[in-house]
Amino acid sequence: MSEPDSGLKPSKPAFWNDPKVRALFFQVLLIVALGYFLMTIVDNTLENMRSRGITTGFAFLDEPAGFGILQSLIPYTEANTYGRTFVVGLLNTLLVSGLGIVLATIVGFIMGVARLSHNWLIAKLAALYIETFRNVPLLLQIFFWYFAVLGALPSVRQSLDLGLGIRFNNRGLYLPEPIPENGFSIVLWMVLIGFVVSRFVKRWARKRQDATGQPFPVFLTTLGLTFGLPLIAFLILGSPLHWEFPELKGFNFKGGMTIIPELLALLLALTIYTGTFIAETVRAGINSVSHGQTEAALALGLTRVQTLRLVIIPQAMRVIIPPLTSQYLNLTKNSSLATAVGYPDLVAVFMGTTLNQTGQAVEITAMTMAVYLTISLTISFFMNWYNKHVALIER
Amino acid sequence: MSKITSTLLLSSALALAANTVSADTLDSVKSKGFVQCGVSTGLPGFSNADKSGNWKGLDVDVCRAVAAATLGDASKVKFTPLTAKERFTALQSGEIDMLSRNTTWTLTRDASLGLNFAGVNYYDGQGFMVKKNLGVKSALELDGAAVCIQSGTTTELNLADYFRENGMKYKAITYDTSDATVKGFEAGRCDVLTSDQSQLYALRIKLKDPKSAIVLPEVISKEPLGPVVRQGDDKWFNIVKWSLFAMVNAEEMGVTSKNVDSMKNSKNPAIARLMGGQGEKLGLSDDWSYNIIKQVGNYGESFERNVGMGSPLKISRGLNALWKKGGLQYAPPIR
Amino acid sequence: MSKTSYAVGEHPDLEPPASTIGVIGWLRENLFSNWWNSLLTLFGFYLIYLYLPPLVEWMFVKAVWSSPDRVPCDAEGAGACWAFIDNRFTQFMYGFYPKELYWRPNTAGLLLIALMIPLFIKSFRWKWQLGAFILLVYPFIAFVLIHGGYLGFELVETNKWGGLMLTLILSAVGIVASLPIGIVLALGRRSTMPIVKSVCVVYIEFWRGVPLITVLFMSSVMLPLFFPEGTDFDKLARAMIGIIMFQSAYMAEVVRGGLQAIPKGQYEAAASLGLTYWKSMGLIILPQALKLVIPGIVNTFIALFKDTTLVLIIGLFDLLAIIQQANSDPEWLGFDTEGYVFAGLIFWIFCFSMSRYSIALEQKLHTGHKR
Repeated sequence: MSEPDSGLKPSKPAFWNDPKVRALFFQVLLIVALGYFLMTIVDNTLENMRSRGITTGFAFLDEPAGFGILQSLIPYTEANTYGRTFVVGLLNTLLVSGLGIVLATIVGFIMGVARLSHNWLIAKLAALYIETFRNVPLLLQIFFWYFAVLGALPSVRQSLDLGLGIRFNNRGLYLPEPIPENGFSIVLWMVLIGFVVSRFVKRWARKRQDATGQPFPVFLTTLGLTFGLPLIAFLILGSPLHWEFPELKGFNFKGGMTIIPELLALLLALTIYTGTFIAETVRAGINSVSHGQTEAALALGLTRVQTLRLVIIPQAMRVIIPPLTSQYLNLTKNSSLATAVGYPDLVAVFMGTTLNQTGQAVEITAMTMAVYLTISLTISFFMNWYNKHVALIER
Repeated sequence: MSKITSTLLLSSALALAANTVSADTLDSVKSKGFVQCGVSTGLPGFSNADKSGNWKGLDVDVCRAVAAATLGDASKVKFTPLTAKERFTALQSGEIDMLSRNTTWTLTRDASLGLNFAGVNYYDGQGFMVKKNLGVKSALELDGAAVCIQSGTTTELNLADYFRENGMKYKAITYDTSDATVKGFEAGRCDVLTSDQSQLYALRIKLKDPKSAIVLPEVISKEPLGPVVRQGDDKWFNIVKWSLFAMVNAEEMGVTSKNVDSMKNSKNPAIARLMGGQGEKLGLSDDWSYNIIKQVGNYGESFERNVGMGSPLKISRGLNALWKKGGLQYAPPIR
Repeated sequence: MSKTSYAVGEHPDLEPPASTIGVIGWLRENLFSNWWNSLLTLFGFYLIYLYLPPLVEWMFVKAVWSSPDRVPCDAEGAGACWAFIDNRFTQFMYGFYPKELYWRPNTAGLLLIALMIPLFIKSFRWKWQLGAFILLVYPFIAFVLIHGGYLGFELVETNKWGGLMLTLILSAVGIVASLPIGIVLALGRRSTMPIVKSVCVVYIEFWRGVPLITVLFMSSVMLPLFFPEGTDFDKLARAMIGIIMFQSAYMAEVVRGGLQAIPKGQYEAAASLGLTYWKSMGLIILPQALKLVIPGIVNTFIALFKDTTLVLIIGLFDLLAIIQQANSDPEWLGFDTEGYVFAGLIFWIFCFSMSRYSIALEQKLHTGHKR
């Protein structure tokens, strides 16, 4: 810019030494090589499929499937199409992942906190749980629960009676099913109303606290509103709900809700296995909050509970949430091991049976992978958004 | 940057490989020196690995016969154990040269999967196995039953048809392997195990107490099982087809692995043709069928040894007797 | 009040109260500090009382340790049937590998252990060279030993490989092969060239987004469709390709973590010395970054080691698969628990010791401030 003109022009480097030219050259080269590579593969695949007479395209999705599926969240019969089997499998995957995430989070948080407990015995027991189950492969655990534990349960006619109409045998867990009667929708509306009202209470309480410094028991109010209100409505309306109990008819129990053992085994294994990782995440998160924070909070006169709620947890969550999400992702992907015990998830139903009946491996594999990829990318998208949202603004 | 180099290397490797295309399975078998044969992951009597990993069974014998015909040595077979759902992709993709895995011949498989069925080495039908103590005597009493079944089989479809046709309901518990179905049945996860009847007998001996289960009399479908090859290689198709026919013809003419050497000088023209002179038309050496009979045996020998009275399965010939004896096994003449 | 008086500072130290020291003090502090903790402690002891004695009884006291058949295991009140494991032990370890050739995988394993020992000796000087030897040369030695077909070693087909041996081979190959690919991908992801960067990002995110099962299934049945007819891959090789592709994406993220942890000053210093990109990476950045990520690599290895069990779904006989198969042997039916416990124990020993090692390393490498 303001170099003294010494009369000497800096010698221009040869163009092949110019970093910009080089970068451009390498990238063009990469595109060409990659393009060639992909084209060869696509070309080979198409050629192979043509020469072997394999049907291609997605027309099979409209053909009737003709096989039964053990568990379906939407109405499904053999007369439905292969396209429907895809949806059934997908929903089953989402069901087991959703339940697994909730349960694993609960187990993980309890165990993570327990491992940090001042109680020596509890801390050791939690450590024993974590170190045992995180170091044994998930598939092995699924097999263990399914073949060794649930397989040893009594048969239908000798079912265990767990009280309240709950029966447990090697065909699954049979629960009474709540059947809503007229007016039950009012109760559900009350839940919503209670929740909305409590939001307003919270806003009002914060304003008041900002102005006067007086705290208000927001949590208890919320609890009371969202559960108390519907309960009152429920009682006033004369309990508009009855329970349908499972009864032994023919070979099996009929009526009520059934949780099939495949789902139970998979859920147990996923929960216990992922729970260990979540527990470690939680422990790391709590440990990451420096002890000075606790001391400072106590010095300010906050109670132990307040310190935990207002100081420790918000800071720990910032550290916990990112690895927690990736554990959720892992759990979702690991739910594909369902196929090993016959739980009808996406991989078992669609990539398994449907693939075999139609023989269209390429289309079906691509669809299945696309589903998991979409789930992963969606979660990591939210993850990044959240991270930006809560990240400490530094310097 | 070394990403680029590796990509380049890979693509050039691909380009090189592209030059060595051979659509001829026979040539590739001869140059490899073995037949790659897809079999089941373990089904006693049909294809099952014993404790030291040697494969035995009726389906395995077809593979060995093809190896004897093409390479002159029945032991030159490599087996790829496949689950029901892997089997067709494995064949389509060229991973295996032939599939001999109790596979049912159907129109869809023949027409839209790019496969050719080379014959029928076992006529079967789908049946049901139940625990004796349930007291069930007929499949029509099975309304509401839980049924263990192997995923990706025609039995899955037949089962649905049968129950719908008779206005009955069922729960299908679908497993990946036949081993898992037996375990599910043994543990009481299901009331009924359904499969091809031959398999039911084979699976029954995998139960802790085989006598605790019975096979119901109903046969709800036709299940012609046979070896399969890829479409588009007629030469190989013929070889597999005629290897099987040679075994059946040998039984019909009374040629066995024991008397095959003396039969070589037979005056019977049909036997003489079986013993030689026809190999060239198939692109094989002249002693192709001699090798099959000598090393593997005729169809009847293979049947008795693997699934018949000489085996734990003790299945009678039934539909699989020769046509002369009231069965369905009928091979076109070798001439 | 005591009459004795002391000069200032000469009062002898008093014993601490009996309730704060010794066994009682420890118990009070750690188990019964308040009513809530006491309740928890009692609950914990109840759990132990409930489960420990029957477990010990089943696993040790009443267990049948060896027997040629299942008769003693079926006896009334018999515990775990370890005889089942005992009878099949060599198969669980080596699969269908020929018995008389067991010495070959054994030699390969012992050689690896012998080569690794110096890496843990502080004063050993040629660590880098030895590491390179293990990563670059040893795999070939192991291949010749285990697979054979060269140097007069009898060929053993890969379909005879199995058991723990196969599990170890799969995870070792997976980690060794995915490391260089992972490094390249990590560098690519941090590259300033937009296309190189996006190619790497797409690759990494794709493999990290799909379950290993679908990857294995794809590599097992679809890979041959991608190549011209006649290109033949061994079933095991295909599984390995799938595992490597999958694993390299995870490895890339681990390495990227290390690259990010290197202070910017290091990059700038390297650049100001006039080093080219490859020289600054190879001589300055990577040696520091890789050292930082060794614990991460060990953790990835643990995850991979556990994940190799998935190959049973594509019909390979790893440790779990071979136990699963043995479980359905009619002669030994009904000992699933024993089989799974045995497999679990083996996996646990490997994973637990590796994770301890990784934690120890982390602490050794941790040079920051700790409370």
